[in-house]
Amino acid sequence: MAANFKDKAAIVGIANTDFSKNSGRSETQLAAECVAAALRDAGLKPSDVDGMTTFTMDTNDEIEVARAVGIGDLSFYSRVPHGGGAGTGLIHQAVMAIASGAAEVVVCYRALNGRSGHRFSSGVSGAITTADALHWGWYTPYGLLTPASWVAMYTQRYMHITGATKDSLFEVAWTTRNHAATNPAAFFYGKTFDRAEYDAQKKIVDPLSLYDCCQESDGGSCVILTTPERARDLKQPGVLVKGVGQAAAANMESMTSFYRPEIAAIPSMDLAAQQAYAQSGLTPDDIDAAIIYDAFSSIVHWQLESWGFCKKGEAHDFIMDGSLRLDGRLPFNTHGGQLSEAYIHGVNGIVEATKLVRGTSVNQPKKTVNHALVTSGVGVPTGGAILGKM
Amino acid sequence: MTPEEKKVFMDKIHAFVGMEMAPPTKGPDDVNKAMIRHWCEVMGDANPVYTDEAFAKASSKGSIIAPPAMLQAWSLEGYPMHSPSKDEALLDNQRKLHKVFDDHGYTGVLGTNCTQEYFRDLKPGDQVIAHTVIDSISEEKATQRGIGHFIETVTRFTDQNGEKVGEMRFRVLKFIPNESNKVESAKDEGKPEVPTRIASPRGHDNAWWWQQVDKGVVPIQRCKNCQTLRHPPRSMCGECQSIEWDFIESKLEGEVFSFVELHYPKFPGYQYPLICAVISLGEGTRIVSNIVGCKPEDVKIGMKVKGKVEQVDEKTMLPQFYPA
Ligand SMILES: [Zn+2]
Repeated sequence: MAANFKDKAAIVGIANTDFSKNSGRSETQLAAECVAAALRDAGLKPSDVDGMTTFTMDTNDEIEVARAVGIGDLSFYSRVPHGGGAGTGLIHQAVMAIASGAAEVVVCYRALNGRSGHRFSSGVSGAITTADALHWGWYTPYGLLTPASWVAMYTQRYMHITGATKDSLFEVAWTTRNHAATNPAAFFYGKTFDRAEYDAQKKIVDPLSLYDCCQESDGGSCVILTTPERARDLKQPGVLVKGVGQAAAANMESMTSFYRPEIAAIPSMDLAAQQAYAQSGLTPDDIDAAIIYDAFSSIVHWQLESWGFCKKGEAHDFIMDGSLRLDGRLPFNTHGGQLSEAYIHGVNGIVEATKLVRGTSVNQPKKTVNHALVTSGVGVPTGGAILGKM
Repeated sequence: MTPEEKKVFMDKIHAFVGMEMAPPTKGPDDVNKAMIRHWCEVMGDANPVYTDEAFAKASSKGSIIAPPAMLQAWSLEGYPMHSPSKDEALLDNQRKLHKVFDDHGYTGVLGTNCTQEYFRDLKPGDQVIAHTVIDSISEEKATQRGIGHFIETVTRFTDQNGEKVGEMRFRVLKFIPNESNKVESAKDEGKPEVPTRIASPRGHDNAWWWQQVDKGVVPIQRCKNCQTLRHPPRSMCGECQSIEWDFIESKLEGEVFSFVELHYPKFPGYQYPLICAVISLGEGTRIVSNIVGCKPEDVKIGMKVKGKVEQVDEKTMLPQFYPA
């Protein structure tokens, strides 16, 4: 049975801070700034907020951010685990809270000094004392230490099974860069590259080279949800959550699910897609544009297949048809994505998906965007949300 | 720094761009055979055109030449460089610039790259004079060492006739040392330690597995109730929920299911080129390990491999797989 989520909540406020390699301020300040800006965007007061949710990985306590922004009493607060897999999980939390009446106005945020503070590319080390340290211990002694190394393992297998080549990895990276080039907020604003420059980049973990890997960024992003009824009275046109899926498929390890029968796919995203389509009553044909989590170029392929834009194993051809470009079948990552705008763990992607439905993206496609998809990070338990006009 | 302070700082450092780093410098000695010979000995450069008069005469060079890479050596002042004047007003522009950085916390300095171009051979008796200009200062960059700016200088080398004989671009990073690097350098002051691979922490559910590996055995956990094998180990059988288990010893025969070659970043304690692979074992479970004993480009999905436990560094015993 599909969850009863359709049209139960709407995104009414969105904001990003500036993105940089060195924010010069605390993560708590970045969080407070993006939350306050999203409230202004919505035309809401801090005291209107009664729910907050973020990543378990976020260092900013809800109550700390609430105090900083002047948010008062909270009746709902929660965290979603699994790094970038949490992105649309925030929407999932907000919709459940709003639909059940646990809260009326829920703030979803993520703020990090991902470049000047702790860097994900520095890898996992024996010094970590988290609960999953034992899990990483199956990989660290051999040298599988970084997100790129884990993702490359699936990528090699996927290319072997499907015949996909670097051509479509390039097309993904190149498309995001072109979108960033015309987005003043993007790190790579004004900076395109060609195939020769792409090929000349250093190898990170073969088959992934530098431009196949996202950035590390400082910044914060926030979206605010409330009931559709209340949304109608606010400043911005509300953007409805039509469906939102959340899934950890069987035999899941964080980033290293190498023991499933086949690893050239992401079953967790298949499940999330099934949920979101079932809740919304929509099909892939109804999706006009997509923000697809692009920590690495190759992970876009598997998600396109999960969401049914093409058949399993055929993402290479779908991409090579120019489908992801602004004038293509599925304009994608119009902000530049995490490859080229900024790496805010995908929450900047939720901001962008909302803009696409509002019609205010800096790279708004010519066609009308009635429905936009936004997905969370993969390799970890993940999710995705379909947004639509009110 | 506040944004205002930052602006003042940036204006201060950018004022140095285009300035001569210091008055032209010339080393105490002209190009000479003795220094060439010492340099070749130290560098292990046995090319006789630098040292063998008769050979050089018969060569296209006509007589002994200095190794081109010695270019800068002829212009260096020697030890006086290391005891700059205490009087700030007498400092050269490079030292003044570095002082501005130091005063703002950018106390780290690291030479990052150097390129040289040579326009003619230098021969004994030539003089080399270096003219260095501060060419550019980068925007702020976040590096592994810390936040900083790259300073690039361009040095023009001329001879006794004022003719240009070479050019050099040199880049240094002036940076605010990371806290984590400070801790590391403090550690470095103790007795030097050869880095080893990052070991797995050993807890209740996995220590037994690593202890077997230490003894040269790669175990595969087996449910005592339904005999299902499982790896990595866990406390309960997912098939029958039994918590009773033992293990079998893997024959370590299998094939490559997927693999990657690790290029960047390179971590201390690991030997590169480095291949990690998911290996399907004959017993039916999979294991992540390294492929060794062949070239990276020879590794293929489906390749048959055979493993054994090896000591890979001072502290680490690991299964390693070779082409079968
Ligand atoms: Zn069992």
